[in-house]
Amino acid sequence: MAEKKFVVASFDDEAVLFPAVKQVRRAGYKIHDVYTPMPVHGLDAALGLRDTSLHTAGFFYGLAGTCTALGFITWALTYDWPLNFGGKPFFALPAWIPITFEMTVLFSAVGMVLTFCYLCQLAPFVKKDHFHPRATDDLFVMAIECTDKTNEGEVSDFLNGLGAKEVNTQIKETGWWIGSYADDKKPFQKQVQAVS
Amino acid sequence: MALLKYESQVRPPLVEGNKDYHQVTEDICRPVEAAPSRLWWIGFLISVALLLFGVISVTREVWFGTGQWNLNKTVGWGWDITNFVWWVGIGHAGTLISAILLLFRQGWRTGVNRAAEAMTIFAVMCAGQFPIWHMGRVWNAFFTLPYPNTRGPLWVNFNSPLLWDVFAISTYFTVSLLFWYSGLIPDLATLRDRAKLKWRKMFYGVMAFGWTGSTKHWQRHEALSLVLAGLATPLVLSVHTIVSFDFATSVIPGWHTTIFPPYFVAGAIFSGFAMVQTLLLVTRKVLNLEDYITIEHIEVMNKVIVLTGSIVGIAYLTELFIAWYSYVDYEWFAFRYNRVDLSSPYGWSYYLMMGCNVLSPQIFWFRKMRRNIWVTFFMSILVNIGMWFERFVIIVTSLYRDYLPSSWSAYYTPTIWEVGFYLGTFGLFFTCYFLFSKFFPVIAIAEIKHILKKSGENYKEKMDVVEAEPVERFAHEHVH
Repeated sequence: MAEKKFVVASFDDEAVLFPAVKQVRRAGYKIHDVYTPMPVHGLDAALGLRDTSLHTAGFFYGLAGTCTALGFITWALTYDWPLNFGGKPFFALPAWIPITFEMTVLFSAVGMVLTFCYLCQLAPFVKKDHFHPRATDDLFVMAIECTDKTNEGEVSDFLNGLGAKEVNTQIKETGWWIGSYADDKKPFQKQVQAVS
Repeated sequence: MALLKYESQVRPPLVEGNKDYHQVTEDICRPVEAAPSRLWWIGFLISVALLLFGVISVTREVWFGTGQWNLNKTVGWGWDITNFVWWVGIGHAGTLISAILLLFRQGWRTGVNRAAEAMTIFAVMCAGQFPIWHMGRVWNAFFTLPYPNTRGPLWVNFNSPLLWDVFAISTYFTVSLLFWYSGLIPDLATLRDRAKLKWRKMFYGVMAFGWTGSTKHWQRHEALSLVLAGLATPLVLSVHTIVSFDFATSVIPGWHTTIFPPYFVAGAIFSGFAMVQTLLLVTRKVLNLEDYITIEHIEVMNKVIVLTGSIVGIAYLTELFIAWYSYVDYEWFAFRYNRVDLSSPYGWSYYLMMGCNVLSPQIFWFRKMRRNIWVTFFMSILVNIGMWFERFVIIVTSLYRDYLPSSWSAYYTPTIWEVGFYLGTFGLFFTCYFLFSKFFPVIAIAEIKHILKKSGENYKEKMDVVEAEPVERFAHEHVH
C-alpha cells in the first residue's frame, strides 16, 4: 500500500474535458485517471486506454456453461443412470437444449460480473480514496500523477489555463482496503512514495 | 462533438425542464434522502399486512397440505399455477426494457429501466412462491436440483419441461438481479458521496462496492451492460417459452399447441408493460419525477401495449381457428364448449379475457388516449386483470372437463387460503417495491446524465442551430 501525490483538476463539462485531456497528454503529463459521474463515450480512447476484453471472457464463460450442462446431462442420462422415458433415446439432445441454453447464459453472466468486480476491485466493504466527492455527481475529475521532477505549480497553472474549475494537490492512496465509508480509519501507516 | 450529441428535433425531449447534471442528482436522490411521507407509510403497512395474510395462508397450506386449496380430481392446477404464470409474465417487462431496448438504442428506456428491472425481480420472486409451495412437501423442494444424492444417485429428469422451468426461472432471476445491481452500483456511489448521516455512509458505502467512477471502470461497465443485455434478450424470450412448454408439451386439449411460445411471450410483455405503467404512474407522481418519466414515456409504453395486445388477440383467434380447422374432436370440444360457449360454466372468463386483452387496448390507437394518465392507469389495471384471466382460462377450462365425462369436476372456486396466498404475493411485491423506492434511486441517475445533453429539453433548444445548417455545407464537411 503506497500513497502518491497528485495534481487534481475538476471540470464541469465534457466539452472542456476532452480538449484538456488531449492537451495534457500532448504536454507529456501522466494522467492517473479521469473520474466521471456517468460513462463518457470516447474518453477511454482519448486517454489511450485499450478496449476491454470482458466480452471475450464472457464468451468463454458461456462456452464453459454449454459444456458443463451438455456434458453433465449426457453423463447422467446415458451413462450413470439411463432412464427410459416413453421409449425415447437416452441421448435426447433436443430436450436438453433449454437447460443447456440457460446454463450458458447463467455461467456467462455470473462469470462476467465476477470478473468485472475483480478487475475493478469492487466488493462490499472495499474502501478507496476519492479525489472529489462530486466526481459521482456533476464533476469530471482528472488526476495527474506527480513524479520527482514535476513542478506542481506549473501543472496547476497549465490545468487552470485549460478551463479547470478547481485545481489542487492531493496525497492519495491508489489501492483499496477493507473498511466502510462511515469513518476515515486506514489499517496501515501513511507513507508517501514518490514515483519515478 | 456537437454532432455526436445531435438528436432530431422531431423527437420530443426525454428530460423536461431546465436541468444540469447536479439538478438530475438532486431530483432523483431527494426522495431517497427525505423522510418517508405519510402516504408511503400507509402503502407500506398495507403491503406488510397483505404479506402477513399470505404467510398465514401458506403456513396453513404447509401444515394441513394442499387440501387447504380447492384443487380437485381434474383441476390439479388452479389459482396457484395461474398466479405463477401471471407473475412470471409481469416479470418480463423489466428485462425487455433494460435489455432489448438497450440493444435497439432506445433512449427513452433510461427513464423507466431501473424501476422496471426492480419490478421484474420482485415479480419473479412472487412467481417462484407458487410452484414451490404447490409441491406440498416443501421441505423436499431441493429434490428438483441435480445434486449427488443417496438414492443412486437418481438424477432429475432433464427431459421434463417442469425441470426446464426450474433452470429457466432461477437463471432469469439471477441474471436480472446481476443486471439490476451492476447498474445500481454507480448510483449507490452517488448516494454514498452525498450522505451526511453515519448509517447512510455505511449503508451506501457497503452497497456501492467502492465505486470511484474511473474511466476504465466505466468502460468495463458499459461492456458488461451491453453483453448482459445481449444475454438477457434471448433469455427473456426463452423463459416464457419454457413456461409455455409446461402446457404445450402436454397432450391436454387446449394446451397442446405450437403457437404457445410466441403467444406467451407477447402476453408476458403485454402484462409486464401494464404493470410498469401502474407502478410508474404512481411513482412519478408521489416522488415528483414527472420531468424524467414524462408523458412521452407513457405514450411509448402504451404503443407497446397496443402492439402486444393485438399480437395476443391474433394468437387467440389463430388458436381458435386452428382448433376448428384441425378437425381434432377433443381440441374443438375444449374451445367450442368449454370456452367460447358463454353458457358453459367458465364461458364468462373467456369473454372477460377477450374484452380486457383484445378489445380494450385498441383505445390506444388514439393519441389523446395514449397521453391521458387516467385512461392509461385504468387500462393498465384492466390489462392485468385480463392477463390473469388468460392464464385462468388456459388452465382451468382445459382441465375441468377431461376425457371421461363422469369425472368432470364440480365448479372450481378457490378457498380463502388460495386467495390469501395470491394476496400475500401482492404484499411481498409491494413491500419490496416500497422499500426499493425508499432506499434506492428509482431512476438510473448515471444513465439520465448520459442522455441529458442529447435529449434534455434545455439542450435540445440550443440544437436548432445544427438543424438549420444548410445541407450542402453539412454534406461537404461530413461526407468523407
